[in-house]
Amino acid sequence: MFRRLPDAAAAARELPFTLDGEPVSGREGDTVAAALLALGRRAFRRTAVSGAERGPWCLMGVCHDCLVTIDGAGNAQSCLVPLRAGMAVETQRGRREVGR
Amino acid sequence: MDPDAVRCDVAVVGGGLVGAAVARGLAGRGLSTAILDEGDVAHRASRGNFALVWVQSKGLGMARYGAWTRLSSDAWGGFARELREETGTDVAHRRPGGFSLALSQEELEKRQSALVRMHNQPGWIPYDFEVLDRAAVEREFPDVGLDVAGAVYCPLDGHVNSLRLFRALHESFRARGGRYLPERPVEGIARDGAGFRIKTARGPVLAGRVVLAAGIGNARLAPMVGLSAPVRPQRGQVLVTERCAPFLSHPMVTLRQTDEGSVMIGDSAEEAGLDERIGLGVLGAMAERAVRMFPKVGRLNVVRSWAALRVMTRDGFPVYDRSEDAPGAFLATCHSGVTLAAAHSGPLAAMIADGALAADMAPFSARRFDVPAAA
Repeated sequence: MFRRLPDAAAAARELPFTLDGEPVSGREGDTVAAALLALGRRAFRRTAVSGAERGPWCLMGVCHDCLVTIDGAGNAQSCLVPLRAGMAVETQRGRREVGR
Repeated sequence: MDPDAVRCDVAVVGGGLVGAAVARGLAGRGLSTAILDEGDVAHRASRGNFALVWVQSKGLGMARYGAWTRLSSDAWGGFARELREETGTDVAHRRPGGFSLALSQEELEKRQSALVRMHNQPGWIPYDFEVLDRAAVEREFPDVGLDVAGAVYCPLDGHVNSLRLFRALHESFRARGGRYLPERPVEGIARDGAGFRIKTARGPVLAGRVVLAAGIGNARLAPMVGLSAPVRPQRGQVLVTERCAPFLSHPMVTLRQTDEGSVMIGDSAEEAGLDERIGLGVLGAMAERAVRMFPKVGRLNVVRSWAALRVMTRDGFPVYDRSEDAPGAFLATCHSGVTLAAAHSGPLAAMIADGALAADMAPFSARRFDVPAAA
């Protein structure tokens, strides 16, 4: 669904991170949301009440649909967090756990 | 005479939890019932409350209030089932028992001594409660914070989803044939033959009986039917976190996890008139205590906060009255519209339908405030 612009793809440095434990990579300048979208992920989480799939919608910090777990902290707005090398990103199934 | 007047057997003034519960009960007893409500901007405690169905701390100073609370709490399970059958709405009533956590030994001893005094009152109907030391609390809640010194546990305590309760009461009222009339603040109430003529912003209402259930508004309305309702607003603030996976099996008096996963933190009390603003000082203190009770809560994001006005009497107990001067006029007011909803919809509505409050309701009369001050 999403493809990187050819110029950007060539120029930016690659940043390795893990998604649900699998080694993957994004590009410098990506938000976590952009990196996941570029990897072809559409569903980032399942909702807290009905368990329906959700992915980024507004990409500007308003809709709270792109929530993921980053380095053990749940409900992080992935569209607002710049990707860093070595991040552990997890898709979130249902409600955040209170301790993480 | 009044072709446009609304006519009904009973007019209930106030469409919050108290008014809606009583009106639903009346409508279910064959009386044509109308709720006269204000609009969306009313000071509506029913939208701001903490949603506990709480027993353990109620009744020190009035044994009858303890018994009335207990009665409602015992009736709540059946009441919730009825609402579900009538409206399809599950109000998520649970009664796992509740805890009051103490953050110091002194706080624990204070709570314990208040409970002992309450249970030693003449006329008290005893029920079980336990005072737990830290080790016992830790066995129940391994994640509890280091500052928790102990807790009081009472198996009768529970909680609900109070917004769904509010909606279900109104749906059930309508399903029973009741009429809900919003945007009708009451301007005057006069005797009219054997009944009442109620002047509202949208024309008169002619009612055989009138029930004042207008919360803080009762203070203004009560004298119109020869009653008094010395109530004042008391501000309470609430913090709500994002939804998270279930981690708290029981409601605490200041902290609970809702059926949908949010954590509610509350129970502040301030004298601030009709000021419904929140303040970081109080919210911060509430959050700090909550994190001392359950440190994990500190990692959650707060998504909402609000303030609402409790309807308080000087002694904190409800007022239920029947007017001597204007027979057929009743008044009900309290700050526990959730806990007492089952009693209001059941026995209280039955008494009003019968035209008189039972003799054992006498302690709730506002006449208890008509005593000269001690020298």
